[in-house]
Amino acid sequence: MSMKFSTKNFADRTKDNISDEFMRQAVAGAQERLHGRRLDAAEELGNWEEWRSHGEEIRQHVLENLDYYLHQLSENVAQRGGHVFFAKTAEEASNYVREVIEKKDGKKVVKSKSMVTEEINLNAVLEEAGCEVIETDLGEYILQIDDHDPPSHIVAPALHKNREQIREVFEDKLDYKNTSKPEELALHAREKLRQEFLAADIGITGCNFAIAETGSISLVTNEGNARLVSALPKTQITVMGMERIVPSFEEFEVLVSLLTRSAVGQKLTSYVTALTGPKGEGDADGPEEFHLVIVDNGRSEILGTEFQSILQCIRCAACVNVCPVYRHIGGHSYGSIYSGPIGAVLSPLLGGYDDFKELPFASTLCGACTDACPVKIPLHELLHTHRQIIVEEEGRAPISERLAMKAFGIGASSNPLYSMGSKAASTAMKPFTKNERISKGPGPLKEWTDLREFPAVGNTRFRDWFYDQKGGK
Amino acid sequence: MKVSLFITCLVDMFYAHAGKDMAEVLERQGCELSFPKGQVCCGQPAYNSGYVENSKSAMKNMIKTFEGAEYVVTPSGSCATMFKMYPEIFANDARWKDKAQALADKTYEFTEFLVDVLKVEDVGAKLTGKGTYHPSCHMTRLLGVKEPPKKLLAQVEGLEMIPLPNAHNCCGFGGTFSVKMGDISEQMVDEKVNSAMVTEADYLIGADCGCLMNIGGRAERTGKKIRVMHIAEVLNSRE
Repeated sequence: MSMKFSTKNFADRTKDNISDEFMRQAVAGAQERLHGRRLDAAEELGNWEEWRSHGEEIRQHVLENLDYYLHQLSENVAQRGGHVFFAKTAEEASNYVREVIEKKDGKKVVKSKSMVTEEINLNAVLEEAGCEVIETDLGEYILQIDDHDPPSHIVAPALHKNREQIREVFEDKLDYKNTSKPEELALHAREKLRQEFLAADIGITGCNFAIAETGSISLVTNEGNARLVSALPKTQITVMGMERIVPSFEEFEVLVSLLTRSAVGQKLTSYVTALTGPKGEGDADGPEEFHLVIVDNGRSEILGTEFQSILQCIRCAACVNVCPVYRHIGGHSYGSIYSGPIGAVLSPLLGGYDDFKELPFASTLCGACTDACPVKIPLHELLHTHRQIIVEEEGRAPISERLAMKAFGIGASSNPLYSMGSKAASTAMKPFTKNERISKGPGPLKEWTDLREFPAVGNTRFRDWFYDQKGGK
Repeated sequence: MKVSLFITCLVDMFYAHAGKDMAEVLERQGCELSFPKGQVCCGQPAYNSGYVENSKSAMKNMIKTFEGAEYVVTPSGSCATMFKMYPEIFANDARWKDKAQALADKTYEFTEFLVDVLKVEDVGAKLTGKGTYHPSCHMTRLLGVKEPPKKLLAQVEGLEMIPLPNAHNCCGFGGTFSVKMGDISEQMVDEKVNSAMVTEADYLIGADCGCLMNIGGRAERTGKKIRVMHIAEVLNSRE
């Protein structure tokens, strides 16, 4: 899967998804559960705003000094016997991984969850080269066996499916005969996957944070699958976005505290793993060979721009979980593997406006995302910045809208014009007004009155009343 | 106390009664009101749609209009937020920056002004029935005014307040979003209306006419019987 996974336009994708009642129930249910849990976890920790500020400070510091920390990280990985590869593009990254696997004559690859490997289209590249690639995160596994259904959420990729739908996929693809009880489904997947872990020659993981000072990579999971991916195969390849670094374990602790609480409302996840280089002397397990692939793929072009703060993201999905638009349209409507508010900001930056220019407008700018972000990314402001660029610099808005906004600029800055216009509006709208309501509006009002009643323009404006009553000034 | 009313274009044209209610409540608290004539619109519809340059003339007009005001009070959390954003919008404009800051500093949303400046929570209102309150997004999150409306509503005689389920979710207005993304907006406003119906309240109360126009317009279209009221109307009710 590459970042963009749909050729349909945004409006059609949205229509399709809005009519998917199962998806919408699943998403609304998940949002409500996670909302409460996240707030409780923040409350329980105490001083949440200070934690957020601290998290923001760490992330900003890393971005301001990214060259330094990238250098330190790669030196330390190399010193521990690991290999580091900087990939400028998605192709460079997936090709490097493919070459490593070919050199090792690897056939079977097990993977733990990683959004950046989706972004660089890794599975398709490896499959084309003849590898068998198995996703081992339960959500990703479900999507993979369901004919590569795209992820709809950056933390819970199969969020759009309910358990009955998952049972059907298992029955269809894995000859599963049991009920839709989560325990039974998970047990079945576990039995299947255990065989794959044991037979795999290559393990591929993502990376929640790399720790520059020690050259370690970290994995935060609840399923424990990433531990098996990193412990059993002889070769481990970790793929990370170039911005996902912390200076030392001290900052790591702060960010993990923010991450697990914001993502799933947990104090800690079941597994928080830090791995440093390949298997050392006397180690019981771990890979003999370790590769770290650091992916740029457009990130360095965001550095130093008005969008730099989006690189602070720690991929917790708190913004997705509170987004009232995502709630109704689900992740697939975004057409990008990065959905919700983070996706609406990031996808146009990494993938361009041609494919993703609607996403910044798919928001009411309600600010719920900004409020929820544990590292204080001003998400709704970045959505607004996109809008400004799209209409003012790129000139991609329809001509009718551009003219209307020009007229607005003139009318809304001149009281005589406004006064005349608002008085005239009352008369002009009379034919459309019935019982002080407009049910079928003309022109641009139609879009509104297709769905809702519109109030009549009052005969007496507030200002008329005020002048009459008070002789206002 | 001298108060200049920033009535907002929406209230001026469509919800004059809410403006009158606000004016009467403020007068009863001893405020001396004025209505600076030059006011039109804060510029938000164009600004939020991305037309920053086109919106600046409207903003400058507002800055000029309220230059002599002591306090600027408005019946809209969203429009108050817009005024508060002016300093950032004109941050690189030496001519307007300080004036924008001066306006932002003296601007208050109506309930915020009552509770935080006038220090009043009981305005002597009486309204019988059950109410539920929709906290509008800009007012709560961007302006940070969360408690004042609740404190004021708690003192209204005869009014029982019922919590609105998923109150934090946006109603789907979002200015031009409501018409540009009608399919999505429809889903959002339907959920908001349905949540309000679940409370069995007689009144859905809010502090922003944009949201109320959206929620009320949809409730009416879909035949849902709930009276949508601006908080100023509630606070001016005497039955």
